[in-house]
Amino acid sequence: MNKPERPNSYRSLPDADGHFGLFGGRYVAETLMPLILDLEKAYREAKADPAFKAQMDDLMKNFVGRPSPLYFAERLTGHFGGAKIYLKREELNHTGAHKINNCIGQILLAQRMGKKRIIAETGAGQHGVATATVAARFGLECVIFMGETDIERQKPNVFRMNLLGARVVPVQSGARTLKDAMNEALRDWVTNVDSTYYLIGTVAGPHPYPELVRDFQSVIGIETREQMLAAEGRLPDTLVACVGGGSNAIGLFHPFLDDESVAMTAVEAAGRGIETGQHAASISAGSLGVLHGNRTYLLQDDDGQITEAHSISAGLDYPGVGPEHGYLNDVGRVQYVSATDREALDAFQLCCQLEGIIPALESSHALAHVAKVAPALPRDHLIVVNLSGRGDKDIFTVADALGAKI
Amino acid sequence: MTTTPGRIERRFAELRAEGRAAFVSFITAGDPNLEQSEAILAGLPGAGVDIIELGMPFTDPMADGPAIQAAGLRALASGQTLRKTLGMVERFRGTDNDTPIVLMGYYNPIYKYGVDAFLSDAVQAGVDGLIVVDLPAEEDAELCEPAVAAGIRFIRLLTPTTDDKRLERVIANCSGFLYYVSVTGITGAAQGAQDAVGAARKRFAAKSDLPVVVGFGIRTADAVAEIAAVADGAVVGSAIVDRIAKNLGPSGGLTDGGVRDVLGFVADLASGVRRAEQPLAAGGAR
Ligand SMILES: Cc1ncc(COP(=O)(O)O)c(C=O)c1O
Repeated sequence: MNKPERPNSYRSLPDADGHFGLFGGRYVAETLMPLILDLEKAYREAKADPAFKAQMDDLMKNFVGRPSPLYFAERLTGHFGGAKIYLKREELNHTGAHKINNCIGQILLAQRMGKKRIIAETGAGQHGVATATVAARFGLECVIFMGETDIERQKPNVFRMNLLGARVVPVQSGARTLKDAMNEALRDWVTNVDSTYYLIGTVAGPHPYPELVRDFQSVIGIETREQMLAAEGRLPDTLVACVGGGSNAIGLFHPFLDDESVAMTAVEAAGRGIETGQHAASISAGSLGVLHGNRTYLLQDDDGQITEAHSISAGLDYPGVGPEHGYLNDVGRVQYVSATDREALDAFQLCCQLEGIIPALESSHALAHVAKVAPALPRDHLIVVNLSGRGDKDIFTVADALGAKI
Repeated sequence: MTTTPGRIERRFAELRAEGRAAFVSFITAGDPNLEQSEAILAGLPGAGVDIIELGMPFTDPMADGPAIQAAGLRALASGQTLRKTLGMVERFRGTDNDTPIVLMGYYNPIYKYGVDAFLSDAVQAGVDGLIVVDLPAEEDAELCEPAVAAGIRFIRLLTPTTDDKRLERVIANCSGFLYYVSVTGITGAAQGAQDAVGAARKRFAAKSDLPVVVGFGIRTADAVAEIAAVADGAVVGSAIVDRIAKNLGPSGGLTDGGVRDVLGFVADLASGVRRAEQPLAAGGAR
């Protein structure tokens, strides 16, 4: 494929129709079209309204607990003996992951739009918990779609959602994971158009979702920038984040996209190994297609049928990726690599033992990449890893993988 | 739009002369397998079907209910592909050169096939129209415009959320007929009320000369008759697909007599358009 031209700014997209170059768009049923046009309008109005920003800032500070620290990981740094490693501590947010940042923004939009019922899809359950949390906080009905396979491997989060008053609907189609949950959420939305707000959990879906989710997550990169300047007096050299749909990665990256000195690496889930076909690496090993409202890289067969993703981490177990990531890959601004289940498990344990932090299995993929590159980098090379979530939800999966009984 | 009349236009002209609405049936290509699906397809015109919608199976049918989801999975499990679906149409044309066939599905398999290659093979096979659920007017450059240029009608779904503001844009590049989804929801949902359907029909007639066909949730001959009284056509999908499912044997294929049972059911549904009041008898805008 031809490499798209280098733009003046990487931060000016999407265009008015929601395209990031070839990627993105609005591939939805006609029933939903008026809804996403309304959402776009509501979002533009909110962005221009100082009251919206004030409300958002207040909730981010007092409800979520922001800013999240940028923490110097001294022992990981010493262990690898190379680059200086900082962790952006999104796992310390209320509900334990970056997902809440986006949920705060969208619940305020839903409220502005007068919606009474919130639906969402979830994989790891982190987005489901974050959605249930904001729905409870604002007194809105909440229904979460979750694949049966994921319900099985993320039981603590299912119970959390129930405690928060959400109804968790088990999805039985396909491989019963995140993709199928998203299909079912879209089916619900087409049916309940008047009452319902669809709170998408990542930078996927039809325009304007990839844009607005990115904007709400950009707080991660904006804070990191200030914090790194305060700590080191300069910008970081490399940013590393895991990618499922890509919201924690784009949130960290986006504010730095036009800083040429800052390299960025996004880590996809290689599952049992790319060569086995059992992975979730849609950029590294997928091809262009259209699913869930946008054009992007997908795991699919020659007939355009979507194939099942695999990852030990439910949050990365999705056969697509946000359209802006497809674009950033094609223009060469962000490097996309992958880490296997095994590598993530190793990094998970290392982080527990050396830093006293139990990371989410998703975030462990980013740590796994750091383990590969940090040793060879000079000691003054500053790496920021997005610690997108905490791993308490994953202890059963990890115990299983390690052959431990709890 | 001025195009040379194709099978769809000729069919509606005939029906107008007969003074009745069209009976439109939906089945998923390759459900439950290529051979039996082809046998059903071949029998549809004889069972009274005026226009055939043939579903192109997709792993992620976001706008379909359980019945059509299951049909798609049966077809895919038996090895159906878009190429095989075009093959079915081509063989059908060997014996029937009059019944319009509209392919219905989602964009990704077509995109993967390649839009140009797909359109040229579809024309070759004798496909008359396309309904692609996840291509709204905003994405017309993708497939709608090239399809129309290739002589294939692009039929769009209109829904209760399609307000007057959008209507013009949605109808602008539409050809063949308008497909009114009478409820907000997925296939197999409840049927829209007859008077609401009639009102919508009038709203569209003010903007377009295209026939209006109504679908989603129509399950019986009586319901077909009811809709046929206020529209130019009635579509039945999930109910037929459910009938296929009811005839499945332990091997996954239809049991003996299954094809006949499905076609008998279709014939009963089709009788609905033949006993309906003449649609828009008072001279609606045609
Ligand atoms: C902790 C954590 N990190 C990352 C992800 C992946 O999502 P995204 O790529 O949108 O950040 C998830 C998704 O559930 C998650 O829970």
